[in-house]
Amino acid sequence: MSATIETLEAMERPPVSMGSRLEGELLEVSMGPQHPSTHGVFRMNVALEGEIVRKLKPVFGYLHRNHEKIGENASYLGSMPYTDRLDYFCSMTNNWAYALSVEKLAGIEVPERAEYLRVILAELTRLQNHASLLGFLLNDMGAWGTPLMYAFREREKILDLFESLSGSRMMCDYMRFGGCRVDASPEWLAHARKIADRFPRFVDELDQLIVGNEVVIARTQNVGNVSPELAVSAGITGPMLRACGVNYDVRKVDGYGFYPRFKFRIPLGEHGDSYDRLMMRVLEMGESVGILKQAFEQIPAGPIINPKVKIRAFRPPVGEAYGRIESPKGELGFYLISDGGPNPYRYRVRPPSFVNLTILEDMCLGHTVADVMVILGSVDIVMGEVDR
Amino acid sequence: MEGLEQIKARIEAAAPGAIVEMVQNASPSQQHSLKIDNEHAHDVAKWLHDDPALRLDFCSNVTGVDWPDRTVKKTVKVKKVVDGEEKEVTETTEEKIPGYLEAVYHLYSMTHKHGPVIIRMRTADRAVGAQLPSLTPIWRSAEFQEREIFDLYGIRFDGHPDLRRILMWDEFEDHPMRKDYRDPDDYEYEPTPHEEVLERAKRYYTPRPQIDGAESIVEPLNG
Repeated sequence: MSATIETLEAMERPPVSMGSRLEGELLEVSMGPQHPSTHGVFRMNVALEGEIVRKLKPVFGYLHRNHEKIGENASYLGSMPYTDRLDYFCSMTNNWAYALSVEKLAGIEVPERAEYLRVILAELTRLQNHASLLGFLLNDMGAWGTPLMYAFREREKILDLFESLSGSRMMCDYMRFGGCRVDASPEWLAHARKIADRFPRFVDELDQLIVGNEVVIARTQNVGNVSPELAVSAGITGPMLRACGVNYDVRKVDGYGFYPRFKFRIPLGEHGDSYDRLMMRVLEMGESVGILKQAFEQIPAGPIINPKVKIRAFRPPVGEAYGRIESPKGELGFYLISDGGPNPYRYRVRPPSFVNLTILEDMCLGHTVADVMVILGSVDIVMGEVDR
Repeated sequence: MEGLEQIKARIEAAAPGAIVEMVQNASPSQQHSLKIDNEHAHDVAKWLHDDPALRLDFCSNVTGVDWPDRTVKKTVKVKKVVDGEEKEVTETTEEKIPGYLEAVYHLYSMTHKHGPVIIRMRTADRAVGAQLPSLTPIWRSAEFQEREIFDLYGIRFDGHPDLRRILMWDEFEDHPMRKDYRDPDDYEYEPTPHEEVLERAKRYYTPRPQIDGAESIVEPLNG
């Protein structure tokens, strides 16, 4: 879709109101797929009037490998390691969402200790995802390196935990249908607890770096506002939805896992702008630490996997199931149809960041090019999941 | 939330003429769904979205499913009189079910925090009739997901504001998520203008047989 004269001519030209701009001239720019702040191979076709965005069409598919087709041709368990590669920042929550859907499909119960381990790992994932997102976002705003390195310092500790538990830092492949793959030792739990206890220090540090920072406020407040009505209609989920003030968290609504047993609050924004979205992450990290502390208190001893589940020749009964969890980016769902065979007849991933990009154009219109980077950064996308 | 049977009865009362069918789901998930007819799909969806008791304002997941032509073999034991004697004979009947494509919508309510209500629509066939009404005017979240179905399954959605391919490139033909899709042998081949351009460019150069004719050399040079 290169800029031809026809396409430029065909574009609507909104009335010009501001003074010091190139008036009436639309310039079509292709941002990405190699732009450093598009977080992967994401491309936006932008029509600019001066520096103001007048039209924005996202272009997907540079990382498309038809994950769903591959899932339909692999066994149920065979897809589990591949779900790690969807949102490669949060492999634990991807595993959980997939395991949850298969458990719904086949009616599998999960032992108590495994559920606790899942909650612990999902909340650790949330911590490291939100921390690195904030780092990347500040990076996009021009705070090169330093905040990102602060975030990565903390993320590193959590990745080390993942590595010592599952053997891999990012591609964990940890969950199984009806439980988890390996048990956490008491030492691991003690170490994880220590990291969770110290995490609020980092959150405070980041808080001080962001909340009152004049540059951050100038760059994010009133940038990319989303109304709650539009957010609900467009299926926005996760921190981006709650930044608009809509109280909807799958952890509370569905109460999957053992979330109803934990006391935690859902932070809500007010304006739905980039600043609120950013603050949602900061506040959610605090709540996640709270959940972790309760989980470490309560975790019981016992088996970590349901022994009745077949690992080989696993064939769920004919039917379909849709399971969803609150991943750090929003609602991650898996829709499976079984025809009674060893591999799913239909394997569908409902990626949160793909759906969250629906209103990217609505958020960016009327803002400058530099704001587009901030808005995109505050959506929190990972192309492995968007393109699948 | 009220039961699916009740919702079905209320839809039929609210949208006269709408044909709603229960689709049973035998799996332990117990997620049954409603099949709605394409003609009234828009009205039914609008009603599901607006009804104060349901208020299904959040369309979470939209996806396609491909059901190619299939034959269902049924073996039935029939009592028949053979040679004056009553015998039990097994008879095999074949039933041909024509293929269709399906779009499945998972609806939740953010207002009342309930769900899912699953609705599905079926196309007439898998070729010319692969057409469904778009529900994007009701739920904006279907915009990209319906485009994805169009791209990967080839269902055309009437009334979609911007129906283009989304994951595959625009020039791509065929729909890779269909069950009968076979990827081409020359998958990597993409037509480029280079050959044509090179041919045209030759007009502007003096002939250089030692370079331009290089591909016609068959014998090894130092043979």
